[in-house]
Amino acid sequence: MSSVATTPKKGFDFKAFLANNGALVGLVVLCLAMFIATPRFLTGPNLMNIGIQVSTIAVMAFGMTFVIVAAGIDLSVGSIAAISAMTSSYWVTTAGLPDGLSIVVGLAIGGLCGWVTGAMSAYGKLPTFIASLAMLTIVRGLTLVISDGRPIATGDSVSWLGGDLGFMPVPILILIVSGLIAAFVLNRTIIGKNAFAVGGNTEAARLSGIPVKRVLVTVFVISGIFAALSGMILAGRLDSAQPTLASGYELDAIAAVVIGGASLSGGVGRISGTLIGALVLAVIRNGLNLLSVSAFWQQVVIGLVIAIAVGFDVLRRKNVRH
Amino acid sequence: MKNIVRKSTALTLGLALVLGASACGRGEAAAEGGKATLAVSTLNNPFFVDLRDGAQAEATELGIDLSVVDAQNDSASQANQLATAATDGTEGIIINAVDTETAEAGLAPIVSAELPIVAVDRSVGATKVASFVASDNVAGGEQAAKALAESLGGKGKIIILEGVPGASATNERGEGFTKGLKEFGDIKVVSSQTANFDRAEALDVVTNLMQSNPDATGVLAMNDEMALGAIQALGAKAGKDVKVVGFDGTEDGFKAVEAGTLVATIAQNPAELGKQSVQILAKAMKDEAVEEVVQVAVDTVNTDNVADYVTK
Repeated sequence: MSSVATTPKKGFDFKAFLANNGALVGLVVLCLAMFIATPRFLTGPNLMNIGIQVSTIAVMAFGMTFVIVAAGIDLSVGSIAAISAMTSSYWVTTAGLPDGLSIVVGLAIGGLCGWVTGAMSAYGKLPTFIASLAMLTIVRGLTLVISDGRPIATGDSVSWLGGDLGFMPVPILILIVSGLIAAFVLNRTIIGKNAFAVGGNTEAARLSGIPVKRVLVTVFVISGIFAALSGMILAGRLDSAQPTLASGYELDAIAAVVIGGASLSGGVGRISGTLIGALVLAVIRNGLNLLSVSAFWQQVVIGLVIAIAVGFDVLRRKNVRH
Repeated sequence: MKNIVRKSTALTLGLALVLGASACGRGEAAAEGGKATLAVSTLNNPFFVDLRDGAQAEATELGIDLSVVDAQNDSASQANQLATAATDGTEGIIINAVDTETAEAGLAPIVSAELPIVAVDRSVGATKVASFVASDNVAGGEQAAKALAESLGGKGKIIILEGVPGASATNERGEGFTKGLKEFGDIKVVSSQTANFDRAEALDVVTNLMQSNPDATGVLAMNDEMALGAIQALGAKAGKDVKVVGFDGTEDGFKAVEAGTLVATIAQNPAELGKQSVQILAKAMKDEAVEEVVQVAVDTVNTDNVADYVTK
């Protein structure tokens, strides 16, 4: 099999392109299938909807990419999204503090939660799975405590995050800007380079003088801040922060990163891949709604698509290994 | 640095202890109708306060000395309160369990004392009870479907928002929807999709469904949270071009009814739940036969009567 793949080619190497962009090919195939299945899919308003709907998961998954690249996992992002949305709403609506600071407060809470998870795993030696699992329930609990189990109306700033800027929905703008920032930090700064080094080979990174523990804490802080932003977008779209906001979203975020071609054993991952992964999930959900597929089958289909997308990617990588 | 972690761990544990702390109880003197205890999950929620008020009023009516204990949503406190009740001369128990699974162990002393038990609002696992008093979800679903159909003049295309797949409330309310819509042959359900009782999910699902069914004029949601998500998705169309009906009678739901974006919601009647459980217990205490399951009617709340509910 490999004899075909290793044959040197001139110009455009289609196989290599497939291998490096499996998720993108999957997304295109999926969109074509949806387009054939329903004429409602490829309409301006529907594509705009998908853009808005993908924003929360994609922004959360951008942060998650950092943690996964560093060979960790962050299960607490859904809860962090909720507590940040809740605190920023509480700040304005319940406590009557200045609205202008509410987004900053939300982001700071997200970063703080991420710091705690990172510190637990870096200095407390807890596996990231366990540290973030603990944070998942602690933070969700604190959200219920703050809100007393009831929704709190968002302030103007947070509501703006879910609104429109002229013809452009703000969630899509945030998606683009935060994606560019994430890609820049991951690929062009020392933070990203260290994350790749730690995820690729922790021992080698340590020996070459990279502060492994500090890197681990940093990726969790980044993940927490992105989760907070995602939670506030979601609350903004609803004009209210729900105590159950974004519960279970961590799994979608992880799925998006993995569909996008990142490896759960660390050292591999791209922001553009993550965006495509999130789009795959959003297109499936949107399409299944448009086609009125039953709730029971939707879960089966989504699971299958995740398995197939990642499976194909693994196969292609194997075939085209140079 | 290790110190910091240790400190933050201690802080977390400390917080957990503070939150988990405290419980209270009280007793009263005997009366001619017998002595009974109402064990409430929490009085920190207006729903259960109304339930207690309804029960207390009926107990006074029947001459029953009803003592009320509040578990503050802690199953361990509830177990202690039930153990106390088993020995303090109580002749019957009404329990609104903190949690269905743990209630069984908590009720063990009552079972061994052979006192009649009436479960209200929440079931109590495998424990044998004289009666289970709860809201009638099927009838409520039927009422919701009718409220929507009537607001649409008996015809049009509607979308149904389902709850968590497989949950009892989803199945029962769904059954009610089907029954209620049967009378209206000109109402067509163009899509029935789940949004898992969640407001954010309903926002996305309804946005998507309005793409595939732009001519839909009604949304029937299995709870208020999803109805409110639908209203958010519909924007200015909510209440005008597209009618939305919810279920549960939450505070936000009532506000939406007042604002005219929600046509109706189905409110449970906690005071009636309390009243009927006392009536049933009174019978059971006299060894009279009682129904195993009592379903309490629910109210349709629309613009005509929403004022009565908001002031509560």
